[in-house]
Amino acid sequence: MRDLTLAMRRRTDVLTTLFFFIIVVSLFPLGAGTEKMILMKIAPGVAWVAALLASMLALERLFASDFADGTLEQLLLTPQPLFILVLGKIFAHWLLTGLPLVFIAPLVGLQYYLPDDAVLTMMLALLLGTPVLSLIGAIGAALTLGLRGGGILLSLLILPLYIPIMIYGAGVVSASATGATDLQAYFSILSGFLILALILSPIATAAALRISVE
Amino acid sequence: MLEITNLACSRGDRQLFEGLNFSLEPGSLLYVEGRNGTGKSTLLRTICGLFLADGGEILWNGESPQSLAEDYTKEVVYLGHHNGIKDDLTGLENLRISTVLDGDDVTEGQIWDALKKMGLKGFEDLPTKVLSQGQKRRVALARLLLNSSKLWILDEPFTALDVAAVDLLQAVIAEHINSGGMVVLTTHQEVALTSGQIQRLELGKKKKKNA
Repeated sequence: MRDLTLAMRRRTDVLTTLFFFIIVVSLFPLGAGTEKMILMKIAPGVAWVAALLASMLALERLFASDFADGTLEQLLLTPQPLFILVLGKIFAHWLLTGLPLVFIAPLVGLQYYLPDDAVLTMMLALLLGTPVLSLIGAIGAALTLGLRGGGILLSLLILPLYIPIMIYGAGVVSASATGATDLQAYFSILSGFLILALILSPIATAAALRISVE
Repeated sequence: MLEITNLACSRGDRQLFEGLNFSLEPGSLLYVEGRNGTGKSTLLRTICGLFLADGGEILWNGESPQSLAEDYTKEVVYLGHHNGIKDDLTGLENLRISTVLDGDDVTEGQIWDALKKMGLKGFEDLPTKVLSQGQKRRVALARLLLNSSKLWILDEPFTALDVAAVDLLQAVIAEHINSGGMVVLTTHQEVALTSGQIQRLELGKKKKKNA
């Protein structure tokens, strides 16, 4: 069932997000000069900001096209728990926008002179963090559905909520790049975010969808 | 059986209707009539649970849709102004997804048959975005053939259809009524029924006639 929802997405969306991420990340070395120390310092922050923006980019379309052609109404009326359906859609969104970022992370590491350890840490942090971005974003996407200028409102609504994930996500990469070995606490917090979002977000999103469709 | 008591709905500040009462038994059809803007679509959306009523009660077999939750949505098919099909997918894929989501056990062959019956032979494998408005409507209506739900809620199902398709849909609705189903629809066309009970509900004038 979830795979079916997945198949509904268009393929070009994935590439847009991915290239957006790559380009944003590549702009910084070009703009800030290629000094090794500076780049190493800003790398985690840049990677995460780019990841946030890339994930935002596709959020608007998460429910918008379903809303426009009436399939969303039909989804609400199916005898399936909305919680599961919403979770499926968010999972699909993450597979297409979050997961590719995890795999492209080594490229960022290369551009920013990050040590191998730090690159691995970044991949793991992105793996834990990007689903949270999709989950939180889904609430916003559902709330702003059908509003004019919803895209901007969505950014205002969602970006502040992304901040904690970015702080810890970037923090763990910085720590790893400067040679710290005990990263357990960072990953625990990120996992905590993920579990919390996994439980609460689909409920909130489902409720928001019901309001929006009305 | 569907029972509506004292239902009231409003959009924004405007009261669309209030004190609406009717009940629908198996094997009967309800026409909802009324001028534009009298709340026909809102009534239909309220019955299927997409819109929240201001007051009154909706009961399905004596229980409220909220408490029945998925048991109620299983019994209801809603077809609104939007066709509810994905433009990027073929008619076949669209129907496959909707039947899986509806929890109906339908074979691939049955989907092909349904599309064929709706006069879409040869178009099954094309993305629905290349189909005409009427053909898209036919794809959406093919869902009715594959569904085991009792209550059909159809909002202007005849729009964009040609004469042949209108006849076909009338036959499909009549068959559903004959087999003990219920249909609530808004339309400007009459459905020729061989049996069953037809009720009329006129919105905007606050009165009800039984025919």
